[in-house]
Amino acid sequence: MVELPDIGRISRRQAVHLGALLFLLLMPPAALALDEPFYVSLGSRILIYGLAAASLDLILGFGGMVSFGHAAFFGAGGYVVGILFQHGFEGSDFLGLIPGSDAALIVWPAAMLVAGLLALAIGAVSLRTGGVYFIMITLAFAQMLYFFFVSLEAYGGDDGLSLYGRSRIPGLDLSGDATFYYICLALLLIFLGLGVRLTGSRFGMVVLGVRENERRMVALGFPTYRYKLACFSIAGAVAGLAGALIANQTEFVSPSLMHWTRSGEILVMVILGGMGTLLGPVFGAAAFLMLEEVLSTWTEHWMVVLGPVLIFVVLFARRGIYGWLVGREDEP
Amino acid sequence: MTADGPETGAPMPAGTSGGTALLHARGLVKRFGAIVAVDDLSLEVRPGEIHAMIGPNGAGKTTAIAQLSGEMKPDAGSVWFDGRDVTGLGADARARLGLARSFQTTSLFRGFTAEDNVAMAIQAGTGHSFHFWRSARREPALRVPARALLDSAGIADRAEVRAETLAHGEQRQLELAMALATGPKVLLLDEPTAGMGREESVRMISLLSGLKGKVSILLVEHDMDAVFALADRISVLVYGRVIASGAPGAIRADAAVREAYLGSAA
Ligand SMILES: Nc1ncnc2c1ncn2[C@@H]1O[C@H](COP(=O)(O)OP(=O)(O)OP(=O)(O)O)[C@@H](O)[C@H]1O
Ligand SMILES: [Mg+2]
Repeated sequence: MVELPDIGRISRRQAVHLGALLFLLLMPPAALALDEPFYVSLGSRILIYGLAAASLDLILGFGGMVSFGHAAFFGAGGYVVGILFQHGFEGSDFLGLIPGSDAALIVWPAAMLVAGLLALAIGAVSLRTGGVYFIMITLAFAQMLYFFFVSLEAYGGDDGLSLYGRSRIPGLDLSGDATFYYICLALLLIFLGLGVRLTGSRFGMVVLGVRENERRMVALGFPTYRYKLACFSIAGAVAGLAGALIANQTEFVSPSLMHWTRSGEILVMVILGGMGTLLGPVFGAAAFLMLEEVLSTWTEHWMVVLGPVLIFVVLFARRGIYGWLVGREDEP
Repeated sequence: MTADGPETGAPMPAGTSGGTALLHARGLVKRFGAIVAVDDLSLEVRPGEIHAMIGPNGAGKTTAIAQLSGEMKPDAGSVWFDGRDVTGLGADARARLGLARSFQTTSLFRGFTAEDNVAMAIQAGTGHSFHFWRSARREPALRVPARALLDSAGIADRAEVRAETLAHGEQRQLELAMALATGPKVLLLDEPTAGMGREESVRMISLLSGLKGKVSILLVEHDMDAVFALADRISVLVYGRVIASGAPGAIRADAAVREAYLGSAA
């Protein structure tokens, strides 16, 4: 988060934060002035994936839990928006009980709730294991959900579900790309602000402690499972919000939102941007999506180029792009 | 206490008298394949005492500690703590009841500062940690006692240093400070002077003697100077069994102990 710097004395970290904030704030008008509106929607995607990646960072970077199924929560959030939108459009009820809606203030929190509960259920099982098993089981759960939606013909199955517009917020027109961009930016900043508080709180210290030495935490009296599960669920809920936003951004949801490759991409964004830095994954998302944009015009096998870059980051720049930008400020 | 001594009718091992023990192990057994690491171990720690457990390498001392602390489930036997049967409780639940331990191989939050390490331990003893907003690093309720404990452990000047960069002896002192930070009733100390030089162990011994009477301690230790300086009672473990238990003078004189462990030099 950006803290107001002392006049005349600002750290490199603060400079990076301030620069990023200014860039994000000024990007849409600049893009529109340059007559490149495409950049605004690319910017929204970066913010949304940045949110998803930052939420994964709570689990991965702070908690030290390598989850390979984060896209499950992302996709679930997207589908909450898509399904409720369809019912709202048809005037029908979901499961004959819940009326459809396209009101953002209802649908987005619902997406967070559903994704959070899903994370609670998946986490309750997965967190009984550790290490490689945890990676595999989170991956397996996400793939189960993927195949569930592939077979769910009522909501488009494999083909997905088109939304005929975006969610509504009274007094705002989200169909405007710039407006939508700023909504995404506001939500991301709110999350980063809350995330900074959370990771520095007692709860955050417990999560860090588990990453550092879980055995010691147990010996001290911490019921670590509960804290890990809470962390996992919070991250899932935030990923659900990101999914709700991506459904709005593309006005489309499909099972590919929760495919394992999507989980992998979000994981890559976190590693690329810098694990355990919260803001880093946003840089990671930006780098990833821009690389994809540029490289995919040359070759569809652009991932082949990304691979070596990733290995380099993992081996030589443990704190990723963010660590490289802010320099060596060692912080646990 | 609801009951004293084993109910199995097995002969009561030496040192397992009645009375109001805080921590009481009865007939603990632990096997690793063919090895019986702990074999029908019974032992108690009374309020305020330092009870030393000594024995040669591989005697099962660390395994016994692991079963007492709840990290390892015994194959047989039970553990009573503060008047209740805690055999079914996990290590975290026992720690919350006031049973703390230190590790033979130093176990710290290596990336945290010394003060953060102790603050974490203090936090463990102050209710649940579902607090999401206030900065834990600026909370006087955690930081002030953390400083005080570092001070009494003699490493106050190292508060801001990362645990992994502390000298070995300082890490052992930090380990002790963390075990004390939860305000335990009973401390299980697994070789607090392990790997220390002469000077460092002397300092550790004086730290421990400062705790005498304030907290009950089960002390596993190879350093005989430490044991005879600190212990009120000593139990000798060989091949997982208590072969003798009693006052330091009696143990020093015990022929079986001399043969099995202390050697003729003792
Ligand atoms: N996890 C384990 N798996 C298999 N065998 C084990 C395990 N832990 C301990 N043992 C064996 O159990 C026996 C007792 O080991 P333990 O570590 O309890 O001894 P100790 O008295 O603490 O020894 P030391 O003085 O060297 O610390 C040894 O033979 C050891 O090899
Ligand atoms: Mg040992």
